[in-house]
Amino acid sequence: MLEIKNLHATVEGNEILKGVNLTINPGEVHAIMGPNGAGKSTLSAVLAGRDGYEVSEGTITFDGKDLLELEVEERAQAGLLMGFQYPVEIPGVKNIYLLKAALNAQREARGEGDIPAPEFMKLVKEQIAFMKMDPSFLQRAVNEGFSGGEKKRNEILQMLILQPKLALLDEIDSGLDIDAMKVVAEGINSLRNSQRSILLVTHYQRLLDYITPDHVHVLVDGRIVKSGDKSLAHELEARGYEWILEESAA
Amino acid sequence: MATEEMEQLVRREYKQGFVTDIESETVPPGLDEDVIAFISQKKGEPQWMLEWRLDAYHQWLKMTSPDWAHLNYPPIDYQAISYFSAPKSKDDAPKSLDEVDPKLLETYEKLGIPLHERAALAGVAVDAVFDSVSVTTTFKDKLHEAGVIFCSISEAIREHPELVKKYLGTVVPKGDNYFAALNSAVFTDGSFVYVPEGVECPMELSTYFRINAANTGQFERTLIICEKQAQVSYLEGCTAPMRDENQLHAAVVELVALEDAYIKYSTVQNWYPGDEDGKGGIYNFVTKRGDCRGDRSKITWTQVETGSAITWKYPSCLLRGDGSVGEFYSVAVTNGRQQADTGTKMIHIGKDTKSTIVAKGIAAGKSDQAYRGLVKIMPRAKNARNFTQCDSLLIGDRCGAHTFPYQEISNSSAMVEHEATTSKIGDDQLFYCRQRGIDEEDAVNMIVNGFCKDVFQELPMEFAVEAEALLSVTLEGSVG
Repeated sequence: MLEIKNLHATVEGNEILKGVNLTINPGEVHAIMGPNGAGKSTLSAVLAGRDGYEVSEGTITFDGKDLLELEVEERAQAGLLMGFQYPVEIPGVKNIYLLKAALNAQREARGEGDIPAPEFMKLVKEQIAFMKMDPSFLQRAVNEGFSGGEKKRNEILQMLILQPKLALLDEIDSGLDIDAMKVVAEGINSLRNSQRSILLVTHYQRLLDYITPDHVHVLVDGRIVKSGDKSLAHELEARGYEWILEESAA
Repeated sequence: MATEEMEQLVRREYKQGFVTDIESETVPPGLDEDVIAFISQKKGEPQWMLEWRLDAYHQWLKMTSPDWAHLNYPPIDYQAISYFSAPKSKDDAPKSLDEVDPKLLETYEKLGIPLHERAALAGVAVDAVFDSVSVTTTFKDKLHEAGVIFCSISEAIREHPELVKKYLGTVVPKGDNYFAALNSAVFTDGSFVYVPEGVECPMELSTYFRINAANTGQFERTLIICEKQAQVSYLEGCTAPMRDENQLHAAVVELVALEDAYIKYSTVQNWYPGDEDGKGGIYNFVTKRGDCRGDRSKITWTQVETGSAITWKYPSCLLRGDGSVGEFYSVAVTNGRQQADTGTKMIHIGKDTKSTIVAKGIAAGKSDQAYRGLVKIMPRAKNARNFTQCDSLLIGDRCGAHTFPYQEISNSSAMVEHEATTSKIGDDQLFYCRQRGIDEEDAVNMIVNGFCKDVFQELPMEFAVEAEALLSVTLEGSVG
């Protein structure tokens, strides 16, 4: 699904990613953990195609395509969707309008016609109930006046409706209380299937109490220095990042 | 996204620049009493009208062009302008569309205004103004049945002199301001609407203005009167062909609402804004004012301003009647080197009067725009209420938006609220939409339309669709 080879990336001339290698197969859930400043957000931004991040070396292949050749919207249309750490507010644009525009843009890219209105409404109603959100959310402006928890639920709602091949979730647990986190985790778990991959980028392992990853990677100073299964996350929780820093320096 | 790309998004060619080749009967440039007499005679006006014009002319001679607006343009040579131009037709104005010059109809077609279709499909009566003479009026019969008078101002002067005499210049006096005085002296055409007591006008009234003959200033005069408990919705839309020299447009619109009457006046303005260097655009110096003369009367101004090189325009309400209501909803879009100084005045005179102002400004390219609003509460205006909201959206970093809210409050029971925001169309917002699979251009449109929503929802349905389309054309560009 996703293959990152020797990825180097710079921001304003500073090299942040210094040779990341990562392979994610269909159906797998990967978690990338690491201390602040390790390059986690940069990796997300490079994958999504954000401006200001320059790839100086390496390749990223997504679903057989050269990801770095694709525009931001083309990546989304190809099935790489990012859940934002800080979802932006768009005043005056209704949530439902954005959802429909996004879904139809993706369908159009696949050569399908617009989704019929009744079908769309049915889909949205089901998923919004699943995310324990009030239907009135649909009529509100995108993220405007939403609480932190509401914004994150909204991100997952979009994922449930847009059905990406790879869901990239950037610090999706930040700013969530325990109840909101459970709902968000449930939403993410429901995305899991044998064809879809999920990449969780997180500082804390507490999210991983609710979503069990197949693989855990530790990103330190722009490189993945250690990979393991879910037990690695628990070890990090118990021991912090210090020992890994020492181990990788050795 | 870089600023340059952002600006590419909003750059576009004016899509309605072409000139129709029709013989015009035009007086030589210049303005004096003879020219005014010529206009008045051409229009078949009575003596009192000529005297009215001459009085305005003499007042104008003593006035100077205002310089307080946040605008920058070279002095206008009023002697270089031709003050009368009428398309040549047979002896009289055509009686039906069949008699209209086919080239004229073609012009409307190019503009996307197929008159007959439009009229038939939408049930809208169109009083189309081409240069200075009304060429066709439709749906007159239906309006006649309801007792509504909808005709050109020239016709009204001839056919309904008592109404014109009673109301003309009572809202915008001849000497009100420099451009209004000029208009009063030389106005050549425009619309007249009279809705009798208790009548709700059976259809939306619509006029398309178009400036065509080279170097001809156009001076429209519109007068709308709603008697007690009467209602009317009036739509005004404008567009002009590409030109090399600046064209002056100084219209005057007067609205009179008597007891419990409601006038809704909506404008979509898309005049030629000039080329990328600002050359050749329309100067739009307009005086629009509504008089809520009767108790509980209401006037709503809604405008979408996307065109003109320079706009100087403040649709205003005089809230004279007790409990009367004034509303102003505006979207102004400037691009390239356009300049706009626009806003409103709400003058609270009667008790329990209410006004609402929602102004949305979108500045792109190297354009500059200002919102200028006055809320004035007179001593007698007990319990007056005003709510003002001004929001500016900047696209790129070479444009400017300014807000000048003035408040003069002479009654302590008044409640006046003002909110203002300025925001930049965010790279973050664009990225967010694109990361959902929506392309750049659609994302810009979506964000801008969201920003304007409060105003668009005040437009009549048909106009709202047009306004959204216009906005997307205005902000259209080469992406990627």
